[in-house]
Amino acid sequence: MGGYILKRLVSAVPVILGITVIVFLIMAMIPGDPATAILGSYATPENVEKLNRDLGLDKPLVQRYFIWLGNMLTGDFGRSFSLNRPVLDEVAERFNATLILAGTAFVLCAFLGILAGVISAARQYGWADKGITFVVLIGISVPSFFLGMMMILLFAVNLRWLPVSGMFAIYGGGDLPDLLRHLVMPAGALAVVATGVIARLSRSAMLEVLRQDFIRTARAKGVPERGVIWRHALKAAMVSIIPVLGIQAGFVLSGAVYIEIVFQWPGVGRMLVDAILKRDILLVQGGVVFVAACYVMFNILVDVAQSLLDPRIKT
Amino acid sequence: MIAFMKLLARNRLALAGGIVLSLVVLVALLVPVLPLKPPDVTNTAERFHRPFTEGHLLGTDHLGRDLLSRLLWGTRLSLAVGTAAAVIAAVIGSAVGIVAGYFGGRTDNVIMRGVDMLMAFPYILLALAIVAALGTGLLNALIAVAAVNIPFFARNIRGVTVGIAHKEFVDAARLAGMGHARILLQEILPNVVPVIVIAMSTTIGWMILETAGLSFLGLGSQPPQADLGSMLGEARSALITSPHTSVVPGLMIFIIVMSINLLGDGVRDALDPRLRSGALTRPQPATTVQRAFAPEGPGRGTLDVRDLETQFHVGPRIYRAVNEVSLQVAPGECLGIIGESGCGKSVTALSIMGLVSSPPGVITGGAVFHDGQDLIGAPYDTLRRLRGDKVAYIFQDPLATLHPLTRIGEQLAEAIRVHHAVPKAELRRRAIELLKDVRIPNAEARVDNFPHELSGGMRQRVGIAMALANEPELIIADEPTTALDVTVQAQILSLLDDLRRDRGLAILFITHDFGVVAQLCDRVAVMYAGRVVEEGPTGDILERPAHPYTKRLMACVPELGGGRRDLAAIPGLPPAVDQLPMGCAFAPRCDKAAKACTAPVDLTRSDKRSVRCLFPEDAIERHSA
Ligand code: SF4
Repeated sequence: MGGYILKRLVSAVPVILGITVIVFLIMAMIPGDPATAILGSYATPENVEKLNRDLGLDKPLVQRYFIWLGNMLTGDFGRSFSLNRPVLDEVAERFNATLILAGTAFVLCAFLGILAGVISAARQYGWADKGITFVVLIGISVPSFFLGMMMILLFAVNLRWLPVSGMFAIYGGGDLPDLLRHLVMPAGALAVVATGVIARLSRSAMLEVLRQDFIRTARAKGVPERGVIWRHALKAAMVSIIPVLGIQAGFVLSGAVYIEIVFQWPGVGRMLVDAILKRDILLVQGGVVFVAACYVMFNILVDVAQSLLDPRIKT
Repeated sequence: MIAFMKLLARNRLALAGGIVLSLVVLVALLVPVLPLKPPDVTNTAERFHRPFTEGHLLGTDHLGRDLLSRLLWGTRLSLAVGTAAAVIAAVIGSAVGIVAGYFGGRTDNVIMRGVDMLMAFPYILLALAIVAALGTGLLNALIAVAAVNIPFFARNIRGVTVGIAHKEFVDAARLAGMGHARILLQEILPNVVPVIVIAMSTTIGWMILETAGLSFLGLGSQPPQADLGSMLGEARSALITSPHTSVVPGLMIFIIVMSINLLGDGVRDALDPRLRSGALTRPQPATTVQRAFAPEGPGRGTLDVRDLETQFHVGPRIYRAVNEVSLQVAPGECLGIIGESGCGKSVTALSIMGLVSSPPGVITGGAVFHDGQDLIGAPYDTLRRLRGDKVAYIFQDPLATLHPLTRIGEQLAEAIRVHHAVPKAELRRRAIELLKDVRIPNAEARVDNFPHELSGGMRQRVGIAMALANEPELIIADEPTTALDVTVQAQILSLLDDLRRDRGLAILFITHDFGVVAQLCDRVAVMYAGRVVEEGPTGDILERPAHPYTKRLMACVPELGGGRRDLAAIPGLPPAVDQLPMGCAFAPRCDKAAKACTAPVDLTRSDKRSVRCLFPEDAIERHSA
């Protein structure tokens, strides 16, 4: 087991390096003089020259990449000039908020999606299946940012059940119940699409498994139907559901950008959009590399989970 | 293609999606000639009119612009941008995929590594990075969305190309001295275009949504020009006071994406033949019973099958898999059922405990008496309590019939636990004991193995151990040795024989191999095309087969361990069970067939034997049944 985790960790190194290369190349596409582009209205000749020196822009591309990579390895992601603080500090702080939001949404969509998919398969063509299929169809079609806005109208403005936006109340907030109250709508809105996708996939994975011979064996043993569905079939179906959970985690993380804007959640997505609008290139660059690397690590977790479930995977 | 469109049209939801989408596209195309107010002219005196106000069907926005006009122009723009992104992504991605798939080797490796890297990003990060580098604006958003989707096309198209690149016509073109470029364009491309089109149709809704999303974030279309996303984004600040300005563009995005999804689902279903045949239907916990007739009980012996009829209802067709089959098994007796594959012997075995997959299986008549109780039509819970406790099954191919992700010890323990409350430690001890009973060496260690870690013979022993778990009265063994090699087969058979003698088990043994029958069975029933054609004591039948089919069958498989041999010595094939003839089903293959054989042939019984033939090989003492 330990060996397998180590192997996966080692194999993540080239992927993360690749990510840095891609981000670096994209940033090298900036038209015109990058320092001026980065500094924009803040640009004074001294600043431009200083930044050029800091970024090593006078050096050839390859050398610049390694300088940048070396700096990042020592924890130096550069300095955000629009916020005037180290990029890494800002990103780490914002990523925390995103993790709370996306993590909650992910747990929600995995749990509800699998639940709905299994019930749907177990009651194939019954009213529960039809109802779930219909709701899922709507769920995967509604843009999360629009859904978020409509939730604000309904639950915050009309019913006044929940706060409109933000992560904590400005006065007297800051404790866990306050966080949870603020979290309900954004996490819910963020989870909807992924829940639908996971539900669909779980349903078809279950139907696929339920036709297999070992299910007939379970029935021939006299296992009650509930055990057949939830133990025998779901366990085998998880083999095809888990990789999709990994992919959907990426979509949840992506969707968080919209949700953070709609609900003014102080996460890394909103930071990135602000940084783009202010042309704070270093902040964008650092944020993208950081989050992408975290996603790669998360996928290792997914692989490990898969290998724990399926003994046929060579460890 | 026409058949495909018909299939698509039969799917009502897909049809609805197609109609809505066509309407939206049509309106978007007609926008320039429709009598609309100018979309970008502001009029601060007319801000935030509600829908259905005079002159503004959908009201006005925060700058007093007509919402209907902006909505339609925005729809046009969103559709155009999304489609353009899809086309760009498809063209570039497919080109990359074709090159990688066609050239293979190093080229393929390098390209696919790059594609994997791109796919390691949550998609929006990549899009944001590109927009950050190029600057905000609709064109840059379009480029970003297209770029993000290139890997998807590259990967899919590469897969298809690899399959094509090794076909004969490509090799032929190469031998004929065609250049790579010409082969790619003339031989490969035409074959992958359909795949590209399908991939595009399933992603285009997604791309419309993504470009709208970037515009919503303020990174795409810039004012005063507006697509649906930026309309929604601008309306957000007035969400609470004038919600209609948000609802209008939001609903439009929803309608577009939903109709594309419906259409896409329809396309997928129409293309996937498995869904059409209903093969993905979930089997019910017990076979459906719709009995036309039910013989009276209480029946004799351990198992008394009377006039059993099981059919498969697939669409309008009815396959009569089992037809008026009657069998009896006395306590401690071993009855063999023998026949070619498809003769209905397995379906007979599975019908007994309601294990025939349903749909499409339906038990349409007959009865199965066990301990005086009719199992056909018994409540599910009654069946469940008997399954594995009083009547246990052993199946063919234990790699498929054991749960692949569960330790065999747990699977054995479960067989006991579902019927009897036994403490956990005791369960494990019993599991080990069972493994020893079926002579698995080193049972204490094996109990924690997974099925894939055992050999075929071992797995079959586990299957037998599982059947023995609750000391049943009857074991139904469905070709348990077919997948095994000869020596292992002999071992398993002698194991079954010993167990039967030690424990007084009754066995119903399904096989296609007379050698196996000779070794194990007291009596044997021969099945053909869903009916029993001959039945009697094994020795008698082996010595003097009465039915021409039995005689042929014996000639084919002379000794134990013939394995799965096709019955080439019998010319012709068994009739399809959805087109059974009125008379003897064997007639087309029978040397002795006469005119009389086309009328229904009854089972003729003597004291111990019965045969369904007008001109038996070796006359048994007849009196009509
Ligand atoms: S009934 Fe006629 S056709 Fe059928 S097996 Fe006997 S002789 Fe042959």
